[in-house]
Amino acid sequence: MKDFSQLKKNLKRDFSGLKTIRVAILGDTSTQFLAQSLRGLGYDNNLNLEIWEADYSQIERQVYDFSTELYEFKPEIVIVFQSTHKLLGKYNKIQPAQHELFASNELLEIENIYSTLTNNLSTKVIYYNYNEIDDSVYGNYANKTESSFLFQLRKLNYELMVLASKKLNLYLCDLSSIQNQVGKSNFFQPSIYINTEMVLSIDVLPKVAAKTLDLINVLNGMLKKCVILDLDNTTWGGIIGDDGIDNIQIGSLGIGKAFSEFQYWIKKLKNRGIVVAVCSKNTESVAKAPFEKHPDMILRLDDISVFVANWENKADNILQIQKILNIGFDSMVFLDDNPFERNIVRENIPQICVPELPEDPADYLEYLYSLNLFETSSLSTEDKERTKLYQVEAQRVTIQQKFTNEIDFLISLHMLSLIEPFNNFNTPRVAQLSQRSNQFNLRTVRYTESELEKLRISKDYFTYAFTLEDKFGDNGLICAVILKIENSTVLFIDTWFMSCRVLKRGMEDFVLNTIVNFAKENAFTIIKGEYIPTAKNEMVKDHYLNLGFEKQNDNWILNVENHKHRNNYIGIKNNKND
Amino acid sequence: MTKDELLKQINTIFINTLDNEDVIVNETTTANDVEEWDSLTHIQLVVAIEKHFKIRFTSKEIQSWDNVGVMLECIQKKGI
Repeated sequence: MKDFSQLKKNLKRDFSGLKTIRVAILGDTSTQFLAQSLRGLGYDNNLNLEIWEADYSQIERQVYDFSTELYEFKPEIVIVFQSTHKLLGKYNKIQPAQHELFASNELLEIENIYSTLTNNLSTKVIYYNYNEIDDSVYGNYANKTESSFLFQLRKLNYELMVLASKKLNLYLCDLSSIQNQVGKSNFFQPSIYINTEMVLSIDVLPKVAAKTLDLINVLNGMLKKCVILDLDNTTWGGIIGDDGIDNIQIGSLGIGKAFSEFQYWIKKLKNRGIVVAVCSKNTESVAKAPFEKHPDMILRLDDISVFVANWENKADNILQIQKILNIGFDSMVFLDDNPFERNIVRENIPQICVPELPEDPADYLEYLYSLNLFETSSLSTEDKERTKLYQVEAQRVTIQQKFTNEIDFLISLHMLSLIEPFNNFNTPRVAQLSQRSNQFNLRTVRYTESELEKLRISKDYFTYAFTLEDKFGDNGLICAVILKIENSTVLFIDTWFMSCRVLKRGMEDFVLNTIVNFAKENAFTIIKGEYIPTAKNEMVKDHYLNLGFEKQNDNWILNVENHKHRNNYIGIKNNKND
Repeated sequence: MTKDELLKQINTIFINTLDNEDVIVNETTTANDVEEWDSLTHIQLVVAIEKHFKIRFTSKEIQSWDNVGVMLECIQKKGI
């Protein structure tokens, strides 16, 4: 989030061409900084907020005198910001006998302001609710004492919500929740207040502006309608293809709790009318299984409007989801734990909102709460029917349109792979992958670290570990190959496994070229591979066929002479230790 | 911190906060000498200086600065 001085720098930018919205601010404290923050942040939201500010403490004069600048300005939105400090001041001045009626009387005044504004202007009203001040006159007993300031303040906040639920054009901006989030000592700086009559600290201004802009945006029709979910390590813990349905993390234990709570949140959004779609790199049947069978899943297939699970790139898949839903990219939110996927999507679809999910799933929800992504200005019953409608639509639409030219896309990634034999540094990671890889694993022979160490010194084996990095970052060690000398002419691929994260990047071609080059240099003429089927490795059933091997009995054979260099866009990275 | 060093750091804060590369302050500089330095940006300067040196000014101190020199003394009194 930009800080105040960064927002202020926006004020010097060119606002021409941006959509103009006239906003009036009526405050009982000094609001210049707030106005600057709003206009500055408006720029980042492609809005030219034309702001008119009343001198402070002029609320009533401006509202009840129709000849004032306010009515001349004809605002589309009026922001009314009556501060808790001034509220406390009023409370302090009245007779104690009146304290019990304080909130009710205030509410009447607010309702009057609202009615007068909306009866005489075609405007919506944003009212800032009250951040809490406990004057500590009664201590905890304030909660039992109707005449206490705290009691009246909370009552007023509650009554404001009741009022807003009845008044079509009254929207509350929840200042109180901002103070809850950042703490009062960050929200309010007494020395500044004493000197300037400003009740918002410099640091909290951007947050208040953001919360206000959230409202202005939805009043302007800019709202989120759809959330697209990744599955592995986003919707549940673990990798369904590798770990299996019994081992993914969801439910009430440990980190599973974080994913369960996340799913409850998504479910509530769905019930509210947000369309939920899935975009996952998985085999479709595998990805759907937890939705159908896992007892702890909160989300079920019924909740999902469009379910896309395959190994294509996610930007293309999201394009397809967008075609089915027929809504703008700017109304979609994409949630994925993997930075690579997030960047690919961001780069190809700049309009879509892609939150930078924290690394720890325990932090997902708090982070998502803080973004306030799903602001809305109205609710309809039709919203709730949406999921069904789209499910039908999804069956109808089968067009596969592509964003990306596959080759241009691969070239643009600037991929580099470091090829090394197993060594002290990479062996632990190879062992780990060997234990965990289930899907892209041709023979699923598991090796422990000590077994790998023996292979390293054996004369009968050659080992290869591959890393893959690209312009978005380093994926680390993602593939390992173990070659066994069968005789002086035949090399057997004892092990070939790879992380599914790097599918469809040409890594298979790159690895095969590496194996063939090695064979040629060492006078082997035949490369022999084998596929041993398991419950989880169906995706590599045709692996050797696709790479030009021929089937002989239970094995796959490649004559080195027949191999043509397989085109790919991965460069060889030099080891910096050389 | 020496007064010169302090003045250098303060000058950087002025440049960043007032968004003006050309601001040069010395001990006798007052708000009248710098175009962007008004009662509002004064508050921004106060908060920026507080953050930079991890100090807090009292409300009286904020009011008392007639020029940059007084501001410096005030910061130095806080052990910077």
